[in-house]
Amino acid sequence: MSEYQNIFTRVQIRGPLHEGVPVPRGAWNRGGTPFFSYLMGQIGNAQVGPVYLGSLGVASLVCGFIAIEIIGLNMWASVNWNPILFIRDLPWLALEPPAPSLGLSLPALNQGGWWIMAGFFLTASLILWWARMYQRARVLGLGTHTAWAFAAAIWLYLVLGFIRPILMGSWGEAPPFGIFPHLDWTVSFSLRYGNLYYDPFHMLSIVFLYGSVLLFAMHAATILAVSRFGGDREVEQTIDRGTASERAALFWRWTMGFNATMESIHRWAWWFAVLTPITGGIGILLTGTVVDNWFLWAIKHGVAAHYPHVYGPVTDPSAMQGVKS
Amino acid sequence: MRLTIPGIALVAGFALMIFAVLTFNHPPVRAIERGAPGVGMQVEYNPSQLAALQKANMMPAILPAAAPGGPLAGNVYKNVQVLKNVPVGSFVRLMVSMTNWIAPQQGCGYCHVAGNFAADTKYTKVVARRMLQMTMAVNADYQTHVGAVGVTCYTCHRGNPVPVHWFSGPQPGMSVGVAESDMGKNLPAAAADFSSLPSDPFTPFLLGNPAPIRVEGTTALPTGNRQSIKQTDWTYALMMHYSTALGVNCAFCHNTRAFGDWSESTPQRVKAWYGLRMVRDLNLNYMVPLTPVFPADQRGPLGDVAKINCATCHLGVYKPMFGAKMAASFPELEGPSQVSATGSALSAPPMAPPMPMGTTAPATNGAKP
Repeated sequence: MSEYQNIFTRVQIRGPLHEGVPVPRGAWNRGGTPFFSYLMGQIGNAQVGPVYLGSLGVASLVCGFIAIEIIGLNMWASVNWNPILFIRDLPWLALEPPAPSLGLSLPALNQGGWWIMAGFFLTASLILWWARMYQRARVLGLGTHTAWAFAAAIWLYLVLGFIRPILMGSWGEAPPFGIFPHLDWTVSFSLRYGNLYYDPFHMLSIVFLYGSVLLFAMHAATILAVSRFGGDREVEQTIDRGTASERAALFWRWTMGFNATMESIHRWAWWFAVLTPITGGIGILLTGTVVDNWFLWAIKHGVAAHYPHVYGPVTDPSAMQGVKS
Repeated sequence: MRLTIPGIALVAGFALMIFAVLTFNHPPVRAIERGAPGVGMQVEYNPSQLAALQKANMMPAILPAAAPGGPLAGNVYKNVQVLKNVPVGSFVRLMVSMTNWIAPQQGCGYCHVAGNFAADTKYTKVVARRMLQMTMAVNADYQTHVGAVGVTCYTCHRGNPVPVHWFSGPQPGMSVGVAESDMGKNLPAAAADFSSLPSDPFTPFLLGNPAPIRVEGTTALPTGNRQSIKQTDWTYALMMHYSTALGVNCAFCHNTRAFGDWSESTPQRVKAWYGLRMVRDLNLNYMVPLTPVFPADQRGPLGDVAKINCATCHLGVYKPMFGAKMAASFPELEGPSQVSATGSALSAPPMAPPMPMGTTAPATNGAKP
């Protein structure tokens, strides 16, 4: 007996290779000869390709390639083109934005100009890829939910590297391109602006992030649990009695009195996922522009309170009289 | 043999387990509360590591105190400048102790010329005299940092002619030309616990005319604080040095929910504040003026003198030698205050010290000077 293909599938179904629905006139053709892969079949569909590239896809890949080259070559130059150091220290290396003193000017290449150029091409690549997603969905006759979900992520990216630096008047406020350095940047960001955990939009973003995880786990577990009744074929079962679909619904109605529907669970998941970067981006955008210290802001508005003193008062020695600073 | 997902997962899981066993600290971990109960503000210690740390930071055996009284060293020996009012018995005890603390392998000859102990021929003697003044200045003027524990030569030297931890100016970056210029960060930084933070947080903060450390906003809404996130990286790196130098985490001094807020901090933050000023003073008024005294091979790669940071004395412990009161056994190191004498103290080392043997510049290409 065969089972439907998912990550736990022990049986792979291989029909004849197929090209998929025909592409409309005026579009490129799908490229590449399709083939079967056993390993891919273990985690998804065993058929790989053909892929639709299109002019937007080509432009996006070219821009992305340029951005990665600028970032990578500057990283490599920072270890004097030593290939061993480049591999060993790669997580530490970075391409930094210009110094804050340079404001929003276009600096020399070695003073942050490369960062601006890499940022331009990476942004162009992302937006072109977004347009490609939108167009592919339209051509297939789908809704554009995927493109708008991706747009939410691009919003956060643009707030961090473009919109907020412009509002702050300095490219130096933006994160660097680098693995550890961009993580250090997030810590320094929170340190400078008085603890991002007290930013209510950061709180919301965490709610939606953790909420997404919870919904993902609930939904995925439910569908896997009813897949023995064919629950993975959701749509054809929704109106029938006694099906996997109804059992899935009943399970939640019995355990918590309420159940999502086959459609609404995906709206829940989509909105939670999309609201994570949207609220996060708002929280970042307000930091430094509208609020300078989130902890003090939280104290001021009764969100947080000072803890009781256990040492007696500790005061800033530089504020004392007669102390040499 | 075909690759399968469970096979790959098994190998990855095994690799992860080996990594965890080899690199993670094993329990138990002891947590010491630093703040109000229940807020999780705690310093963590691993008892197995603490045992090794304690062994490496023991107070050495102290020579028995000399009999009181007797003639003063300045009247007995020639060229005694700093300890001239110390009785000769205590003076000799201190000299022997200094040998044990600083040059146990090399002996008296590390600083003194055999047969003429009064001579200032060796640069090490000139440095040692200035370091004696520095030790006395710390004990007299920086009670705010060293408290009743005080310092001796051993606090930093630990049996080494040069203390284990010191800093010199930043290494120049490796990139050239049109590539991104050296940012002073984004390489594994030993000074900042091998993070990608700035590799030399010392030169900007631990010398004169320091860069601003306080970057955090002090008001809820913007009121003109223009400190940048990049500047924060430097403060962050300095604080990582504090942390590793003292073997503590952030919660030793700070409530991490509000790093900048003094009312949320512990009294140790005040100690650290004075410590920073002490180290600046010592570097600027004691170490930097000694630059020409040191031979080139005793200086940093850029030719600057070795300078003091927190690790120089602390060596991974929150109080050097876990707060052992060693200085109490050497009252002659208590010393007079050097604050008013800073100007004259600067000119105290004899001018133009003679070059030590074997450090004369090699002749270049036989060209005549």
